[in-house]
Amino acid sequence: MKRILFILPVVGFAVLLGVFFAGLGRDPRALPSAFVGKPLPAFQAPPVREGDAGLSNTDFQRGEPVLLNVFASWCGPCRVEHPVLMRLRAQGVAIHGLDWKEDAAAGAKWLVDNGDPYIRVGSDPTGRTGIEFGVAGVPETFVIDRHGKVRYRHVGAVTSDVWETKLRPLMEELRSEP
Amino acid sequence: MRRVLPLAPAFALLALLLLASPAAAVNPDEQLPDPAQEARAVELSRELRCVVCQNQSIDDSDAALARDLRIILRERIAAGDTDKQAIDHIVARYGSFVQLRPPVRGDTLALWFGPLGVLVLGGVGAYLYIRSRTPAAAAALTAAEEAEAAELLKTDKAD
Repeated sequence: MKRILFILPVVGFAVLLGVFFAGLGRDPRALPSAFVGKPLPAFQAPPVREGDAGLSNTDFQRGEPVLLNVFASWCGPCRVEHPVLMRLRAQGVAIHGLDWKEDAAAGAKWLVDNGDPYIRVGSDPTGRTGIEFGVAGVPETFVIDRHGKVRYRHVGAVTSDVWETKLRPLMEELRSEP
Repeated sequence: MRRVLPLAPAFALLALLLLASPAAAVNPDEQLPDPAQEARAVELSRELRCVVCQNQSIDDSDAALARDLRIILRERIAAGDTDKQAIDHIVARYGSFVQLRPPVRGDTLALWFGPLGVLVLGGVGAYLYIRSRTPAAAAALTAAEEAEAAELLKTDKAD
């Protein structure tokens, strides 16, 4: 009994050390969205591409899971994920885009120059639309289920690895949901 | 008198520096015209974490998103929100992570009361340890020991 009491602080210290060590590998920016399990708030973003309808929250009730990619032409990591998004679109993954904090013209030029992976894409020059559902920066990618509810938020670029290990399994799971 | 005066500007400058309040990132164009509302906005924005810099409040942070949130907070206050409504408006979008003072909830109990628990645990441990170290009351000396002690004391004195 006595011996256990003496070992206890050492064990406690070891546990704390483990907790802190595990914490080292975590990205402090990868916060869960406050909207997980909830539908996106009502919004209506004007078009980026001239002559189309832009993006609204009702565009997410498509009967299939959709990715909502928040991007900007001024954002470095967006350049990294863009080819991945293009590939996903070619594979038939539904992706909507929100062009955050820049003029629609800059977003339109970006899509012309680099390719356009989006079904619908809205412009958010002030950033207010994104702020309505908790966007903290670009790129961010939300996984929206077939009923229009937010299920996951990925902060940072969607790399092939992120797609294979996180987003694809989730999308497939959501596809088989009733 | 004339010898003291040259230092006066330095003292005046020091006095002004002491009066200065710590700089916030709030730009004049963000401020509300009503000083009472502006004071409330500053108070509330010190309570909200900037999600970009994370260890600064939106009042301190120069991040563009912090500026947006300061403006939104002021819009809510100008629209007549209570302090709680204004804070809740931001929390609804960014989660309770943005509250620099986390609310007491089921999942924050360990955060709020963990240290107290550790203190109580340590206190109980220390109490038990100290009690176990206090020697039991010394037994009375036997007659033989008494005699031996008296002998030793006597020789001590003789030295």
